[in-house]
Amino acid sequence: MAEDITIAVLSGKGGTGKTMVSVNLAAVAGNATYIDCDVEEPNGHLFLKPAMLSQEIITIGKPEVDNRLCDGCKICSDACAFKALAVVKKKLLIFPEICHSCGLCYTLCPQGALTEVQQSLGVLYTGHHEDLRVLAAEMNIGEPSGVPLIKALMSHMSGGLTIIDGPPGSGCLVHETIEHADFCLLVAEPTRFGEQNLALVHRLVTLMGKPAAVLLNKTTGDPNPSEAYAKANGLPIIASLPWDDELARVTSRGALITEEHGAYRQYFSTLLATILKEAHRA
Amino acid sequence: MRKLLILSGKGGTGKTTVASTFIALSGARAWADCDVDAPNLHLVSGAFTESSTKDYHDLPKAFIDPELCTACGICHEVCRFGAIREGAVYRVNPIACEGCTYCQYVCPEGAITMQKSIAGEIFLHRRGDHVFSTALLKMGSGTTGKLVTAVKDQIKDAEAPLAILDGSPGIGCPVIASLTGSHLALMVAEPSVSGLSDLKRVVASARQLDVPVAVVVNKADINDEQCAAIKAYAADEQIPFLGTIPYDRTVVTYLNEGHNLAQSESPAAVAIKAIWERTAALLEAI
Repeated sequence: MAEDITIAVLSGKGGTGKTMVSVNLAAVAGNATYIDCDVEEPNGHLFLKPAMLSQEIITIGKPEVDNRLCDGCKICSDACAFKALAVVKKKLLIFPEICHSCGLCYTLCPQGALTEVQQSLGVLYTGHHEDLRVLAAEMNIGEPSGVPLIKALMSHMSGGLTIIDGPPGSGCLVHETIEHADFCLLVAEPTRFGEQNLALVHRLVTLMGKPAAVLLNKTTGDPNPSEAYAKANGLPIIASLPWDDELARVTSRGALITEEHGAYRQYFSTLLATILKEAHRA
Repeated sequence: MRKLLILSGKGGTGKTTVASTFIALSGARAWADCDVDAPNLHLVSGAFTESSTKDYHDLPKAFIDPELCTACGICHEVCRFGAIREGAVYRVNPIACEGCTYCQYVCPEGAITMQKSIAGEIFLHRRGDHVFSTALLKMGSGTTGKLVTAVKDQIKDAEAPLAILDGSPGIGCPVIASLTGSHLALMVAEPSVSGLSDLKRVVASARQLDVPVAVVVNKADINDEQCAAIKAYAADEQIPFLGTIPYDRTVVTYLNEGHNLAQSESPAAVAIKAIWERTAALLEAI
């Protein structure tokens, strides 16, 4: 197998084509791993339709109190930075939805009244699409943070070429995703909205010391604000992918353009080679 | 004040296009951009006569005094966020630190203090009696949900019968924070298998918080079959379906020039105007 290299596909703005690019890159990569880190709204499996191998429930620890032992001393509630614990009339109330599972309260409780109970946060799936390993996770509805799911996904990384389909935005899920990347491919659309959010995620990858390049997606003949941003800010432009009704149609029905059109298969194979070359240079 | 929230689940479906045009059509005097880690509504909200900025503070983050650290490793052992880096002296990665203070409690040398941290900036813009609240998450900060709440708080006392909130993609903490207290969440869906899958998850999230939902499909003619599937899903779930917006190349040109579609007569603009009438009626009836 080739050397270990992890490419994260990001965008800042949603809907610029991260998943379309990631799944098609993964499909032409062959013996590689695809990881869907958009744990709030995972879509990669809709395209790769992996044969499922395993499912694992990912849990997170939350405090539970034994009321026979708790004397309402408030040591835990005073210490909780997230205000997930409160004592009312000598009785401890726990707000699990704002608990960050830091583990401090168990250590501090002088009565040993708090125990950590594992609760389901979501499900991690592993499967394969031909030679490609497919990893994805889906966060339960109503959970505030999918970060532990991304950590769990990353603990299943197995070397070789890994393509990570990132979450939108530039918040905590994106940080967690970038942590594990050797190189970031930023997918940008030719709009001012796209440009603004490209700038934010570019700043984030720079802050985290990760090399990056941009793929200009959905280009038309019109002026492209994202292209102008990239040129003005020293962000290498790795390729352009012109707007194509056929690509939009094929993608909207959950199919892989690389499996339907030889020209796109060629395009994505070349793109992958270019990305790997750029990643090595960086 | 009635709060109308625009959401989508999937990103890039047209939330901001719809929200900005609704703001202009409705004459809303208060609006907010709840997509704090990828905000765009300011680009199509026009000019303001008065603007104020303030820092938004995160929970204080841990700092290890290198003079006092003996590299005993206890802090590294207890930290569940992987925020402490090993070395000759240990260091905190402020991006990963969530501010729980566990390390401070266990450090035998008293080398760890919690230090003030700025998580972002909040802006309040005014034009006559119109107010617009928005924010920008500082790169490397993670408390998006609380920042969204702070953005909403800036307009909660505005003298306005209607507030329009532009949401973020996904279903996590920023979406939960934007849903809390909203009277209606209008979901802008995209006619694709991804769009439908994401729509179902964001509808479930809204319903868990008892926020009524309605659905529209943007760029509807990209895939008629998927558009029909979304309509059928809405009917099955008894979700009001408020219309479709055609794919319209002139939309990007308008938005790139900093305009919403209220002044446009293009097919997408005409459709959004009809959808606004239905949304207003629904909001009235709730």
